[in-house]
Amino acid sequence: MNLKSFLTNRWAVAAGFAVAAVLLLVVAPALLSSFRLGLLGKYLCYAMVAVGIGLAWGRGGMLVLGQGVFFGLGAYIMAMHLKLADAPPSTGVPDFMALISSDGVPVWWEPFRSGVVTLIAIVVVPTAVAVLLGLATFRRRVRGAYFAILSQALAAAFAILLIGNPRSTGGSTGLNNFKGFFGFSLRDPANRMTLYVIAVVALLAMVAVARQLMVSRYGELLVACRDAEERVRFLGYDPAAIKTFAYAVAAVMAGVAGALFVPIVGIVSPNDVGIVPSIGLLIGVAIGGRTTLLGPVLGAIAVAWAETSLSERFPSGWTYAQGLLFMLVVAFLPGGLASLRPIVRGWRERLRPSHTADSAPVPSLSGSSR
Amino acid sequence: MEILLSQLFNGLSGGSILLLAALGLALTFGQMGVINMAHGEFIMAGAYTAFVVQNLLGDAGLSLLVSLPAAFVVGGLLGLALEALLLRRMYHRPLDTLLVTFGVSLVLQQLARDVFGTAGVDVAAPEWLSGPVEVFGVAFPKTRLFILVLAIVAVVVLSALLAFTPLGRRIRATVQNRSLAESSGISTRRTDRITFFVGSGLAGVAGVALTLMGSISSNLGTNYIVDAFLVVVVGGVGQIKGAVIAAFVLGVAQSWIEYSTTASIAKVVVLALIVAFLQARPQGIFVVRTRSLV
Amino acid sequence: MNISLARRLVAVATVSAMGLLVGCGARVSDDPSTGAAGAGCVDTSGSSVKIGFLNSRSGTMAISENTVYNSLKLAADQINAAGGVAGKQLAIVAEDGASEPTTFAEKAEKLIRGDCVAAVFGGWTSSSRKAMLPVFESNNALLFYPVQYEGLESSKNIFYTGATTNQQIVPALDYLKEKGAKSLFLVGSDYVFPQTANKIIKAYAKANGIEVKGEEYAPLGHTDFSTIVSKVKAADADAVFNTLNGDSNVAFFKEYKNAGLTADAMPVLSVSIAEEEVGGIGVGNIVGQPVAWNYYQTIDSAQNKKFVADFKAAYGPTKVTSDPMEAAYTSLYLWKGMVEKAKSFAVADIQKAAGGVTFDAPEGKVTVNGENHHIAKTALIGKIGQDGLIHTDWTSGKPIEPDPYLKSYPWATGLSG
Repeated sequence: MNLKSFLTNRWAVAAGFAVAAVLLLVVAPALLSSFRLGLLGKYLCYAMVAVGIGLAWGRGGMLVLGQGVFFGLGAYIMAMHLKLADAPPSTGVPDFMALISSDGVPVWWEPFRSGVVTLIAIVVVPTAVAVLLGLATFRRRVRGAYFAILSQALAAAFAILLIGNPRSTGGSTGLNNFKGFFGFSLRDPANRMTLYVIAVVALLAMVAVARQLMVSRYGELLVACRDAEERVRFLGYDPAAIKTFAYAVAAVMAGVAGALFVPIVGIVSPNDVGIVPSIGLLIGVAIGGRTTLLGPVLGAIAVAWAETSLSERFPSGWTYAQGLLFMLVVAFLPGGLASLRPIVRGWRERLRPSHTADSAPVPSLSGSSR
Repeated sequence: MEILLSQLFNGLSGGSILLLAALGLALTFGQMGVINMAHGEFIMAGAYTAFVVQNLLGDAGLSLLVSLPAAFVVGGLLGLALEALLLRRMYHRPLDTLLVTFGVSLVLQQLARDVFGTAGVDVAAPEWLSGPVEVFGVAFPKTRLFILVLAIVAVVVLSALLAFTPLGRRIRATVQNRSLAESSGISTRRTDRITFFVGSGLAGVAGVALTLMGSISSNLGTNYIVDAFLVVVVGGVGQIKGAVIAAFVLGVAQSWIEYSTTASIAKVVVLALIVAFLQARPQGIFVVRTRSLV
Repeated sequence: MNISLARRLVAVATVSAMGLLVGCGARVSDDPSTGAAGAGCVDTSGSSVKIGFLNSRSGTMAISENTVYNSLKLAADQINAAGGVAGKQLAIVAEDGASEPTTFAEKAEKLIRGDCVAAVFGGWTSSSRKAMLPVFESNNALLFYPVQYEGLESSKNIFYTGATTNQQIVPALDYLKEKGAKSLFLVGSDYVFPQTANKIIKAYAKANGIEVKGEEYAPLGHTDFSTIVSKVKAADADAVFNTLNGDSNVAFFKEYKNAGLTADAMPVLSVSIAEEEVGGIGVGNIVGQPVAWNYYQTIDSAQNKKFVADFKAAYGPTKVTSDPMEAAYTSLYLWKGMVEKAKSFAVADIQKAAGGVTFDAPEGKVTVNGENHHIAKTALIGKIGQDGLIHTDWTSGKPIEPDPYLKSYPWATGLSG
C-alpha cells in the first residue's frame, strides 16, 4: 500500500488514528513513569511543530527556519497568562517582575489576564505574523534562499528582543514557576496527565488537518507551487496566497505547540525559540521524510527522544550526532527514512526472479518523490 | 564633532569586519547559490590557525603576517573538502545545502571544543598594532585601521581577480550561464572548486582579523554568520560591489543607532530596516539581469 | 466524508479530555503549599548514596561549568577515599545542563524523580538557577549552587555557597570609594545579574555621593564594543564597573586597551572574571585591573595549598583554581557536614541542621546561615598580575554575614520590592 492510497483510504486512516491513540493514550501512560511521560508530552509538542514544517517545507518547498518564532509567540502568550493568573491578587504583578522593577505590569501584558483572549491570541497572533510576513515576501517573489535567511534573521531578532527586555519577558531566564493552568494546579499528577492527553489530542487533530490539506485540491496546488511556481502562476493561480496559507497553518501549529509546551515543561526561555532550536526542529522532519504525513511526526519524536537519552550518557555526543544526522540525511537521503521503504521493496522484488519484469520503479531520491 | 567622527569610524570599522566575513559568502552564495552555514566555522578555523601559528612562532608581529596566508589555505582546504564530499551532489538543491552545512558547522564547533578546549584562547596583537592613533583629538584604534585596510585590500584583489584574470572570466561565465560556459569548453567542476577554495579561504583571513578584536572560541563563527548572509542578501547576489556597499551601510547604521539607543535595539532596528528594504528591492542593491525565470 | 470523520475523531477526543480535566484534577486553591510530590524516593539503605552533579558540559557555558564539575568530582573522590558521608560512599550521577535553562529544569527533575539523588550540586547562570528553583521547591529536594549571584532570593531548597551581593558587589563599591572614585560607568551584559547588580550599585552610589555617568548593556555574546567603549571614554568616569559575561569580556578588554584606556587612568572592576578567564582575554589586555571575589588561587593558607595541589595533581599542572570552583568544592563538604550533623539524608533534617555548619575551606572558614541558606564569606578585592593569577589587594578582614535582601543597609530599602 503506497502513501497515496493510505492517504485516501478512510478505513486505513481511521485504523491508523485508532492505533496511534491507543499507543499514546493507553500504552505509553501504562509503561512510562510520570517523569518520562512528561518528557513524551514535550516531544509531542515538537511533533506538532514538525507537522506544520512538513506541510510548509515538504509540501510547499518553503524552508521555514524561523518556526521558533511562532512556537515562542504561542509559548510566551500562554506563559504571560499563567504568570498573571499566578500573581498575588493584591498587586496583580507576577513574581519575577516585582523582583526586578517596581513599574508594575506592562500595558501589553494586560489583555492576557483573560483566559479567552489568551486562547484566541495563541491562534491569531502567529497567524497574523505569518500572513503579514508571507504575503510580504512571497508577493515580492523573494527567492527561496532569501526567505530562509530572512526567517532565520527573524528568529535571531525575536530572541534578542526577549533577552533584551527582562522586565517584561524574563530575559534569558524566560518565564517559569507556574502554579496553575486555568485554575487547575500543575502540581497535581492528575492535571499533568490531563495536559498530556490534551497534547495527544492536539497532535492527532493536527495530523488530521494536515492529511486533509494534503489530499485536497489545495494540497495539489501547494506541491505544484513547490515544483514549478511559474507554471502555477501562468495557470491563473496566485502562488503567494497558496504558499502563505500553508505558512500560516504551520505557524498556528507551532503556536499551539508552544502554548502546550509551557504548562507541560514548566518553562520557556529564549533558548527555545532562537536560530539553533528553530533549525533543530527541522532535523526530525528531514529524517522522518519531509514530504510524508507521518514522517515528520515520527522523526521529531525519535530525534527528541534520542537527544535526551544520548545527552544522558555522552554530554558532547549529541552535538556530533545531530551534526552528522543533518549532513548524512539531507545530503544522501533527502527523502528521509520514508524513502527507504520503496527502495527496500525494490530490492525485495528484485530478489524474486519472477517479478523482475515489473519491478517497482525506484523513485528518485529527490525531495519531490512521494 | 569628535563623537560624530569616532562613530563614523566605528561604523566603517564594523562594516569592514562584516565585509571580510561576507566577502567569501558573496562568492560561494552569490555566485554558486550554496548557502554555506559552515562559513562561520571556517572563520573560526582561521582564528584558531592564528592561535596555532602564534604558539609555533612566538613573535606576535611575524605570526600575524604568517597567519594571514596560512589561514587562507586552511579555510580554503576546509571549503574544498566540504565541496568535494557533500556539496558537489547538491547544486540542484540549494536550500538543502543550508541544512547540510548547518550540520557541518555543529560538528566543526564541537571538534574545536574537543581539540582546543572549551575555554577561549588568546592571540596577542603585535606591538605595532596596540593602542590608538590620534587624529584631530579622536583616537582610532590601530587594530581597527588594520582590519579596514585588510578588507579594502581583499576587495581590490578579489575584484581584480574576477575582472582581469582568465580564472575570473571563467568564474563569471559559469555564474551567468553554466551550460553555455560548459559548452564553450570551461571545466565548470574545476571552476566551482576554485571558487569555493577562494571563498572559504577569505573566511579564514576574516578569522585572523577577528583575533585582533575579540575572543577565539568555538562559537566565534555563529556570531557573524547571519549578519554576513544579510550583507550578501542586501547587496544583491552576484556582485562584489553590492556586498561592499551593504556591509558599510549596515556597519554605520548599527553603530549610529547603537549610540543613541542600545546594542540590542540597534540589532533589531537594523534587521527591520533590512526587511523593509527587501520589500522595495527584493533582489538587493544590485541585480544581475538574466533571462531565466528563477 | 473524510472531513467529517476527522472532525468526529477530534470532537470525541476533545470532549473526553475536557471531562478528564474537570473530573479529577485539583484546583489551585485546594493545593497545599508544600507541594504534593514531596515524598522523595532517596534510597539510603545500601552502602552508598546517590548525589547529582548538574553542570553545562556542552554549549556556551561549558567553558566555565566544566571546571566546577571537575572540582565537585575532586571533592567527591576525596570524601569517598576518606570513608564517605556518614559511612556511605557517594555515587555520582552527572547530567549535562547544555547551557539552556529548559534543559537544566528537565535534568533537575530527572535527577530528583528518576535517579532519586539525595542532593544536586551545580548550576552557574542565574537563568539556570531560576529555572531549577521551582523544580526543587515542588519536589522538596536540595540544590547546592556554587556561584556568586545577584541576591534578592532565598529558597529553603537551595544552599548558596557563592557570594551574594553584600559579600561581593557592596565590598567592591566600598573599595572603589576608598580609592577615591567619585563617578562610575556601568557596563554589563543584557540579563538578570547585571541589571539587578546595577540597580544595587545605583542605590549605593546615590547614598554615597558617587555619580553614575552611564549605564550600557550589550546582548549576550556581543562582540563589537567600539560604540560602548566610545561612550565610556567620552563619559570619563573615575572607574568602570563591569558585569559583562563570558566572551564579551574578551572583546571589551581588547577594545578598551586599543582605545588607549588603561587600568591606571580608568580601572575596570569586574565581578565575573576569575583565574580561568584571564587566559582567554590575554594577560596583556587586562593586567592591573581589579576584580572582586571571595577566593583566589594565590591565597596563602594550608587548606588552599592542599586544594590547589590536589586539583593540579588530578587535572594537570597548568590548571588554575577559581572562586566558583572553590565554592563548589566547599559545597560538597558543607553538605557532608550537614548530613553528619543531622545524622540523616532527609531534606527536612538537613534543613534543620544546616545553620552553623562550618568548613575550613580553601578561602578560609565558612559558616552556613540557617536562616537564608547562604554562607558567611570574606570579601577579597584582587588585581590581575603579570603571571595571570589574581593577587589580593584589599580584604574585608573577617567573614561577612550573608544578607541577600540587603536588609541591613539603609540605602538599599525598596530594592527588594
